[in-house]
Amino acid sequence: MHVFADQTNLDAYVSGFLWILKLTGASTFFALVLGVLLAAFRVSPVPVLRGLGTAWVNIFRNTPLTLIIFFCYFGLFSTLGLSLSDDLNLNNYWLGVVGLSVYTAAFVCEAVRSGINTVPAGQAEAARAVGLTFFQTLRIVILPQAGRAVVAPLGSVLIALCKNATIVGTIGLIEASSVMKDLINSNGDAVIPIFLVFAGTFAALLIPTGYFFGWLANRLAVKR
Amino acid sequence: MTTGEPLIVLDSVNKWFGPLHVLDDVSLAVDKGEVVVVIGPSGSGKSTLCRTINRLEPISSGSITFDGQPLPAEGKALAKLRSEVGMVFQSFNLFAHKTILENVTLGPVKVRKEKAASARERGLALLDRVGIANQADKFPAQLSGGQQQRVAIARALAMQPKAMLFDEPTSALDPEMVGEVLDVMTSLAREGMTMVVVTHEMGFARHAANRVIFMADGQLVEDAPPAEFFANPRSERARDFLSKILTH
Repeated sequence: MHVFADQTNLDAYVSGFLWILKLTGASTFFALVLGVLLAAFRVSPVPVLRGLGTAWVNIFRNTPLTLIIFFCYFGLFSTLGLSLSDDLNLNNYWLGVVGLSVYTAAFVCEAVRSGINTVPAGQAEAARAVGLTFFQTLRIVILPQAGRAVVAPLGSVLIALCKNATIVGTIGLIEASSVMKDLINSNGDAVIPIFLVFAGTFAALLIPTGYFFGWLANRLAVKR
Repeated sequence: MTTGEPLIVLDSVNKWFGPLHVLDDVSLAVDKGEVVVVIGPSGSGKSTLCRTINRLEPISSGSITFDGQPLPAEGKALAKLRSEVGMVFQSFNLFAHKTILENVTLGPVKVRKEKAASARERGLALLDRVGIANQADKFPAQLSGGQQQRVAIARALAMQPKAMLFDEPTSALDPEMVGEVLDVMTSLAREGMTMVVVTHEMGFARHAANRVIFMADGQLVEDAPPAEFFANPRSERARDFLSKILTH
């Protein structure tokens, strides 16, 4: 493993995965907030909000992420002049977070909506009968139960998000997959070991994540 | 126990589910303190009738007033009205992710903004009253059906409602648990709670009701004191219904 014995290469490897983690962290936060909001829109009694939620899901779920990330860079930044930071790397990072968040929010929304559908209609009726408003019913009775039902599927969405973060490399952020490409280009004799190290690192991050969400889903499950 | 002051008034209420006419020109007044039992064959509209009173089912035409006010169509006003009308469902519908005590205190705390400590104290007293204070920290799925339904009654009572609606409260229970729920309902009736009860429990109708309403095909067919209704049903449909359920 002479490639990773070189301090510069090792630093690049660490920094690549740090970008992946930062992209995943920020995008998870925004995608969850936005996704839950969109799910609330999709089940609300207001037709305009329902339409908005449906349109969002249909547009972003059916557009390749690469196109969305390209649009964030070439559309939002280059053409429309939306600059999110004066630092070039940070600007690319935040543009990437925007793209990953709006895309992943569509999947979070659908996961949460399917979770809402697992909550028996009687729960909402009982909540309304006690005198809770629509939003109280959603916040206090429906979403906590739906949330527990969607822990496992949300885990899958977040794992996909972490891997999708590599696409931000296409707009110039030197994240893990870009580092791997650079290392392979300059170390033609060690292509397979380099690949295995990067793939192995992703697996080492994500396999425990998957088990964690599975454990959490069991622990939080609502007994009926 | 009736006072002669109407609390719930339905006037020419109609309701369609698509082409199905589930409530056909129903008019009914329930006085304060009165216990009205609604019976009738499946699909006669009795559950729908019960659910229109707190607007879980909106009506197609006619009017419903509660305590002198027309039912609000939506929003905060409707939520406030619902908080004044207790409802008990066939399938209990306890909040599955909340403990028994939390089920009972949720309404007072979130809707009435009551302090947690006093809501808890009243909640425990209500649970004690329905005989399940020792289960306060369990979750609904850990209780039997009869216990769950008694919690549901306590949850409704915690809002200090002006009236209680019961939508087939014992239909989903094992036979040996029906009695414990009816006992609680009977004691409520004795204390003067205004109640509309949809049920197949003829015994309860006989001893606890002030009036029995018989419904068929969405129409209110008979409205009489229980003794009179069971001894002398006036309509052919009521006679037919009673002959089917009382011969076994």
